[in-house]
Amino acid sequence: MEASFLIDMTKCIGCRGCQVACKQWNQNQADKTRISLKFTNPVKLNANTYTNIDFFESEKAGHVSWNFARNGCFHCKQPSCVSACPVAALIKTKEGPVIYRAERCIGCRYCMLSCPFNIPKFEWEKISPRIQKCTFCHERILDNKIPACAKTCPSGTIHFGDSIENNLKEAKRRLSDNPGKYFNHVYGEKEAGGTSVLLLSALPIDQLGFQKVGDAVIPDLTWEYISGIPAIIGVVLAAGIGSWIITRRNKNMHEEDKTNETGTE
Amino acid sequence: MKPAQNNIKLFTPVTLGLLIVIIAGALVVFKKLTLGTVTTNLQDDFPWGLWIGFNVLGGVAMAAGGFVTASAVYLFNMKKYKPLARPAILTAFIGYLLAASAIFLDLGHPERIWHPAVMWQVHSVMFIVAIHVILYTTVLGLESSPMLLEKLKLGGLKKIIEKGMVGIALFGTLLSVLHQSSLGAVYLIVPDKLHNLWYSRTLPFSFLVSSVMMGLAMVSFVSILSSKFFKRPVNMDLFSGLARGSIIAIAFYLVLKIFLLLNGAGAAAAFAGSMESKMYLLEMLAGVIIPLVLLLLPGVRNSLGGILLVDILVIFGVVINRMNVAIFGMLSHAAELGVKYFPTANEIMVSLFLVASGALLFKLAVKYFNVLSYEEG
Ligand code: SF4
Ligand code: SF4
Repeated sequence: MEASFLIDMTKCIGCRGCQVACKQWNQNQADKTRISLKFTNPVKLNANTYTNIDFFESEKAGHVSWNFARNGCFHCKQPSCVSACPVAALIKTKEGPVIYRAERCIGCRYCMLSCPFNIPKFEWEKISPRIQKCTFCHERILDNKIPACAKTCPSGTIHFGDSIENNLKEAKRRLSDNPGKYFNHVYGEKEAGGTSVLLLSALPIDQLGFQKVGDAVIPDLTWEYISGIPAIIGVVLAAGIGSWIITRRNKNMHEEDKTNETGTE
Repeated sequence: MKPAQNNIKLFTPVTLGLLIVIIAGALVVFKKLTLGTVTTNLQDDFPWGLWIGFNVLGGVAMAAGGFVTASAVYLFNMKKYKPLARPAILTAFIGYLLAASAIFLDLGHPERIWHPAVMWQVHSVMFIVAIHVILYTTVLGLESSPMLLEKLKLGGLKKIIEKGMVGIALFGTLLSVLHQSSLGAVYLIVPDKLHNLWYSRTLPFSFLVSSVMMGLAMVSFVSILSSKFFKRPVNMDLFSGLARGSIIAIAFYLVLKIFLLLNGAGAAAAFAGSMESKMYLLEMLAGVIIPLVLLLLPGVRNSLGGILLVDILVIFGVVINRMNVAIFGMLSHAAELGVKYFPTANEIMVSLFLVASGALLFKLAVKYFNVLSYEEG
């Protein structure tokens, strides 16, 4: 099965069941809670929190409306984090999840820099730190179970079980069947070349804390350089050897001239 | 072989200052290695800071003098620059050792620094960078080895290495071109994060061109300072030659940068008054435009003091360029995520520690090896 989420945030009731289930399944430490205007704890993802539900208030036709945003790894089809990692600690599995192999990681944090969604987090306070992020419950998927968050979600916000293609069709159907209900955009369809997680929302997506991300397949941007390396090698070698031969011949000629003129040297 | 005879004093106020910074810095290095990244202000939405921006990117650019000189002397047969080859290659060697140390200290798992050498991932620019640091540091070691071998009276081995010098220099030039450009390529991966005054698909090429500029300035800077500090005779001809090379490199870079600006962020962005636009203007004025204008004045070009001033400006400007790409150009994206970055005292101390170690290493090498008075061969 190809792992893919269709997350319809208009259905979310803000119970945070997914967030708790994720912590439990991954046995991640609890964070100290804080009061904040956003009624969200923790306010941001961190090394102990792979997913959270963020909260936004807005106004619609004179009424206050509540909007929830579910954060987490998008498991990009062509993930920049995977292309960035110098030691293949991050890999895209054939089932779809992008997973991390801690024993290879050198802690360079290039994956964090590279992710357009700022998903990978680092255990800054630990002496043996790991990169941490949503695993798409890869082990559960291999075991024919659905991810813990989707299993828990009582409102049908997090849908799991269809291919990316089918989820995209369903997302488009919801957009066209419910004019005015949604912000007319499937986040993840084109972002970063397409992701395994598709989001629907009522508000424009950047008002829910999501990044504006271009359509470029990010690994292609660096591959353009890397794949050009053989050509660079050729040019430098040709120029270097060529100039060595030419300048040597010139010098020898000069020396001959001098010898002829002065009879010394 | 006559021993390197020189009257360089081991203990001077400058050395003492360097030693103090090194000892204080060593304590902070120990702290980082035992406590980890918590000693820094690096955080989830700002994973790279001063060490990558200044010590790694700046340090590697400063080391470009090595390949610029090695290729001029050995590949282009500009033999008159041979006296500059040893100090230039030594500076580069020390620069690379320090950049590698900075990477080592920056890693979350310094003890796994060897992983990229065995766990290849050729789609990663970081992997390409790592391999080049390893290979080129080795090449610089080889290029510097004759000084050590003549000290150890291993004339035979020295001869073999000197025979192969053209090959070594060619390989070193190749690695440098790839490494300088790949550091620019590291940032190709952040199209949505790096400010568009700096982000462009030609980052690898701009890094390469500015490294040549930096390399010429560094060679000239190190040689002028050495002649002042260690009271060496000055061959003005060499410095004017370097200055002429600088004019070409800087003019080319200026044209490139203007082209990139007009085709990227647009001229207005450079004068928008934002923090980024100020940093961009600083980099361009200090490192490119003012040096070029100064060099075009014969009075400046033909005076040692004038050339020294230009060198300092270019070095400063290129370092600012690297820090703009790594730090200042990333700040507004971080601000969108509600994050600020300013290095901790620990980070600053480690940076200074690395710089001071480099200066001291250079001084010791100059004292004990035949670096500056090497002419023939
Ligand atoms: S969202 Fe980020 S961390 Fe997740 S797969 Fe994409 S690039 Fe990697
Ligand atoms: S921090 Fe680890 S997982 Fe991330 S790019 Fe570096 S080595 Fe790979």
